[in-house]
Amino acid sequence: MTRWRVARLVKVRDENPSARTLVFDVPGWPGHLAGQHVDVKLTAEDGYSARRSYSLAGPEGVELTVQRVPDGEVSPYLTLDMEPGDELELRGPVGGWFVWRPDGPAPVLLVAGGAGIVPLMAMVRARRAAGADTPFRLVYAVRSPERLYYADELARPDPGVSVSLAYTRRAPEGHPRPPGRLTAADLGPYGEADCYVCGPTGFVEAAAALLVELGHDPARIKTERFGPTGD
Amino acid sequence: MSTFTRGFRGRRRGEDDRLPPGQYLAEDFPVLSAGPTPHVPLDRWEFTIDTEAGQTHRWTWRELTALPYEEPAVDIHCVTSWSKLGTTWRGVSLDVLFEDVETTADYALVHSYGGYTTNLPLDDLLDGKAWIAYRYEGEDLTPSHGGPARLLVPHLYFWKSAKWVRGIRLLTEDWPGFWETAGYHNYGDPWREQRYADD
Repeated sequence: MTRWRVARLVKVRDENPSARTLVFDVPGWPGHLAGQHVDVKLTAEDGYSARRSYSLAGPEGVELTVQRVPDGEVSPYLTLDMEPGDELELRGPVGGWFVWRPDGPAPVLLVAGGAGIVPLMAMVRARRAAGADTPFRLVYAVRSPERLYYADELARPDPGVSVSLAYTRRAPEGHPRPPGRLTAADLGPYGEADCYVCGPTGFVEAAAALLVELGHDPARIKTERFGPTGD
Repeated sequence: MSTFTRGFRGRRRGEDDRLPPGQYLAEDFPVLSAGPTPHVPLDRWEFTIDTEAGQTHRWTWRELTALPYEEPAVDIHCVTSWSKLGTTWRGVSLDVLFEDVETTADYALVHSYGGYTTNLPLDDLLDGKAWIAYRYEGEDLTPSHGGPARLLVPHLYFWKSAKWVRGIRLLTEDWPGFWETAGYHNYGDPWREQRYADD
């Protein structure tokens, strides 16, 4: 796991105006579980290097979806400048906790806030790839339609997976749910499930508290937080 | 031999010898935890030290906060690569709490409200290296940062500084904790870049 491997960019796909999916060819990649992440290292010609962690978006191979942070050091390069054929180094997979295994028997509730969809989408894709029949429910909170990741894929029927979108600021015309922050009604009614919550810190704090309120066992709620805190 | 990334320049912030290898400076204070944030009412809060001989030392919130405190200013280093320099805390040194504890144990397993655990050698908790901290930058520690109280052991990666700390069990054998059994390094020295199990 600790070995840095050379990763060559082979394909890019814009998810929306500020996020891009990057598919890498990584010789010797050992495989990974849905929910794991990689450490990425970019080295400038003078030897300066920067590292970041990104969640893996797919069940196989190395596919990352990166949100551009306007003032960021690494994400503008990955989402705007990097071209197929360019190389970086990465190592992983990392993380043995926030993972879903296709043989897990319990129903799964996924709660995503913004870019937090990435490791949860990896779980949806891993379920499909494995032909598992575990019931999945995905609740995806996103600021506005142009912030959505994987829009076409989420709109396609995937038997056993129910997807609800919760727009928090602005919903598309005709969307049944008025825009607003995530509520218990978006996550309920309670049903026994393994819960995975991923998103910005404030979102995860709020969503995990709602799940506990609804009756979910805190020991079955796994969370992954990123970004600065609200306090 | 490193692979160069064509066209990447990065944003040099000047070398800082307080930054361990592979770390970058964070302006804010990111949060990393594995489950919902527990909320512990102060009138039911307690901190315990259990020795290998089965003795329990116990402090209520009132008792802990009445003990002599220190206000360390320390650099903290998270395994996810951010570091924050010169953070200020208020807390009780573990040396104070261990004053009357009789033990020959070499290992400590720290446990938290919410079920989190982390392990470290007892020596890493003593001699001015660790605190039970309850204030951060002049404010009470918020639940999302581990309040009401967290362990602060800044010379190791920050996952060792258990949030929502509830107690320490002293053990004669090492017992890996939560992240230590999930692929992270058993000791976690940022200066030797001990991030993952086989580093």
